[in-house]
Amino acid sequence: MAKRIDVSGLSAYYGAHKAIDDISMTVEPRSVTAFIGPSGCGKSTFLRTLNRMHEVTPGGRVEGKVMLDDENLYGSHVDPVAVRRTVGMVFQRPNPFPTMSIFDNVAAGLRLNGKYKKSQLNEIVERSLKGANLWNEVKDRLNKPGSGLSGGQQQRLCIARAIAVEPDVLLMDEPCSALDPISTLAIEDLIGELKERFTIVIVTHNMQQAARVSDRTAFFNLAAVGQPGKLIELDDTERIFSNPSVQATEDYISGRFG
Amino acid sequence: MVTTTTSPPPKGPDTEARRSKSTARPGDKIFLGLSRGSGITLLVIMAAIAIFLTYRAALAISKDEANFLTTSEWNPAGNPPVFGIAVLAFGTIVSSVIAMIIAVPVAIGIALFISHYAPRKLAAPLAYVVDLLAAVPSIIYGLWGAIFLVPYLDGLNKWLDEYMGWTYIFDKASDGLARNLFTVGILLAIMILPIITNVTREVFLQVPKMHEEAALALGATRWEVIRMSVLPFGRSGIISASMLGLGRALGETMAVAVVLSPSFVISGHLLDPGGGTFAQNIASKFNEANEFGRDALIASGLVLFAITLLVNGAARWIIARRKEYSGAAA
Amino acid sequence: MSHAIQDRPVQTAVRHDPLRHARLPRWSPLAIAAGSIAAGVGLGLAAGWHSRIQWGLLAALFFVLGTYAVTAKVEGSRQAKDRVATSLVWVCFILAVIPLLSLAWVTISKGLETLDPYFLSHSMNGVLDAEVGGGIYHALLGTIEQVLLATLIAAPIGLLTAVYLVEYGRGKLAQAVTFFVDVMTGVPSIVAGLFILATWNLMLGFGPSGFAGAMALAILMMPVVVRSTEEMLKLVPNELREASLALGVPKWRTILKVVLPTAIGGITTGVMLAVARITGETAPVLLLVFGTKLINENPFEGAQASLPLYVYEQYAVGTDAAISRAWAAALVLIAFVMILNLVARGIARWKAPKTGR
Repeated sequence: MAKRIDVSGLSAYYGAHKAIDDISMTVEPRSVTAFIGPSGCGKSTFLRTLNRMHEVTPGGRVEGKVMLDDENLYGSHVDPVAVRRTVGMVFQRPNPFPTMSIFDNVAAGLRLNGKYKKSQLNEIVERSLKGANLWNEVKDRLNKPGSGLSGGQQQRLCIARAIAVEPDVLLMDEPCSALDPISTLAIEDLIGELKERFTIVIVTHNMQQAARVSDRTAFFNLAAVGQPGKLIELDDTERIFSNPSVQATEDYISGRFG
Repeated sequence: MVTTTTSPPPKGPDTEARRSKSTARPGDKIFLGLSRGSGITLLVIMAAIAIFLTYRAALAISKDEANFLTTSEWNPAGNPPVFGIAVLAFGTIVSSVIAMIIAVPVAIGIALFISHYAPRKLAAPLAYVVDLLAAVPSIIYGLWGAIFLVPYLDGLNKWLDEYMGWTYIFDKASDGLARNLFTVGILLAIMILPIITNVTREVFLQVPKMHEEAALALGATRWEVIRMSVLPFGRSGIISASMLGLGRALGETMAVAVVLSPSFVISGHLLDPGGGTFAQNIASKFNEANEFGRDALIASGLVLFAITLLVNGAARWIIARRKEYSGAAA
Repeated sequence: MSHAIQDRPVQTAVRHDPLRHARLPRWSPLAIAAGSIAAGVGLGLAAGWHSRIQWGLLAALFFVLGTYAVTAKVEGSRQAKDRVATSLVWVCFILAVIPLLSLAWVTISKGLETLDPYFLSHSMNGVLDAEVGGGIYHALLGTIEQVLLATLIAAPIGLLTAVYLVEYGRGKLAQAVTFFVDVMTGVPSIVAGLFILATWNLMLGFGPSGFAGAMALAILMMPVVVRSTEEMLKLVPNELREASLALGVPKWRTILKVVLPTAIGGITTGVMLAVARITGETAPVLLLVFGTKLINENPFEGAQASLPLYVYEQYAVGTDAAISRAWAAALVLIAFVMILNLVARGIARWKAPKTGR
């Protein structure tokens, strides 16, 4: 299920503005890769190129290749809708569908992709909610609206929704930045469990979080405001935080800028 | 122009604390009195409308020799006076229903076109034009409808009669121009289209981006995104916009008066000329009516007033009921 | 907990679509559209239908069905639904644009045939129905006077009511006012006319006059002014009010000198849009102002003319000369309303509170 991502020569634009420049990297399957870097360095933009969400933004445009195992996501016959189905995403702010119940939220992706019997849906929803460590908290109120949950629960609901369709890759765009410390801890634990099944890429502003949850860390930076963001280095998390090979990485991690 | 029904609570200052202070000054007292007085004036006007219309209507109905609700005749000047609203109620409701059946889906379509489908360079000017169209006076729609639309719909009427005549409603029993309830319905649909589109579009644009992205990220097509996040979020907005349009259609006077060739017969054959609506009947009969006849017209106007109140009330009730799902909390 | 899941055999497999599938070329919607228009016109000609409305409807139907059939065959049913939704949205747009374009085109082209300075500067005094000539001076004058009077009544009441609701209003009275402003927005214009008729004319015994019409128009205008002013006042940041109050300025002076000036652009826009709306109202004017061929400069005495009413009367006359006068008057009316709208929106953009939002 979990697949390897191989990016080569990828640049992304907003209209005429180049947001990220010529990024190449490999993301290993069944691991957590964290993206860190100062604001505006393009790490979120880069993340959104991995499931072709970037081109949804007005003026958004991408050059380069993203290989998922042996399939180029930007190949000419590839359907972006199918890509997003294969590469799941969790957003900065929890965004359950406000008009749907908890159950329907988790089943939403499944219902798009074909017919399931009620019993099959029940089973997958339960499996996904358990996978997101949310089952015990919501099993008695599956028919209540998802917007009635706490922020941390909502975010786990979104994770359950994303993993219900069993994607190959799970992208997380600062999934904890809107949460309190306890909910954050719950999500971080969950990420540790999920990586046994999925390839996970997480963008985070919080370097401690990157150090805690990720196996590999990529550091992004930009030369100046208005310049495109670049990948500075990608290495094992331990190495990035103890002995990075680029001076800028060390400066950023030790808090000298950003 | 847009009536925001789910306006956020005013971020007004803490008035409790200030009210005690403000009562001390004469300037404040006068100003508060003036503004409160204006609010009360508004209430008084609304009450007066209800009271005086009811009073004059009662004068007329008490002398009506026929059942006011079920009679399909309008002859208040006769001896004895006989008049009833059956034809008017039928015509008003039928033409408005036709208008809604056509206008609501099309308006949702245009609103989606502007908010989600049109190229960005086209969307903004288009929204502006729709805004302007909402301001076109109804008499001009009427003039255009009578002189241009009616002949154009002639062919469509014949065609409907020929192929859909078996449905009864499209059976055209009598000849004549297309000055019928069906044409009125189409014209009303064109007239209320801009209003419904405007309000709906604004609601669609307010759909939080994160809800749309949630659907996108699950691998939804554009239509599925709209179905999963845009339409559910916009539902109460669509309902209130439709009700606003319905209110306009029910009360529309001049366009109907100009296009319809009225008669006091209830007929299910929508393509036959004839029928009438409350507002149209008032406008057409007013000039020839004596004082009692005017009271009779006021009585029919009171019914129209009551119907529009009910429609507006229903809209508000639906919106209030759906508020918990509006997504504002998320 | 995750281990428990790992251990359990997966019973229901989740369906996976391949990333790539056959896709229609970019030009396919255009091709389908061209094909359906050809088919619609062809069938229409073959069946001998005169009305082009049928041709268009048929072409639209072919377009939607064709899109579905082709996409379902090549791309699958989900994509087919998506494309049908897209094509329906386009069809809606085009269906709606045609009558509205026609309305604009007809009004302008027909109106320009008769519209000239003479038309603007003369009344219908002594002009026979079938006769060419005459003008709308008396109607323009009447409309302007009636609308001005209505604005003089409605704008202060509406404005003060909005101030009350935003700056003072809590409690039962404010709730009632808010509710009834909503109700009032939905009052049909003819009902407002009937109300003034019932009170002013039938009970108090006054005859038709511009002022009677203005009162009915004011009733229609008030809720619109209240709503738009309310929205604008809510946009004024609270910090401004607090800053002024903290300087010891009394509340009423704060409202007059700080709050209202900040929102004045938006309020003006709202009032002008409301004016534009009532300018085109015909029904209450028909009941209360009555219409005349002569110039009556006094809105408080005797029947007056009005522009929308003039359009209606000339249409009702029905002679060629009268119909062309109706178009010309309609063009003047629409131009008047559109200019008001454009200016109002211009002010809104120019004076938009920079702090809002």
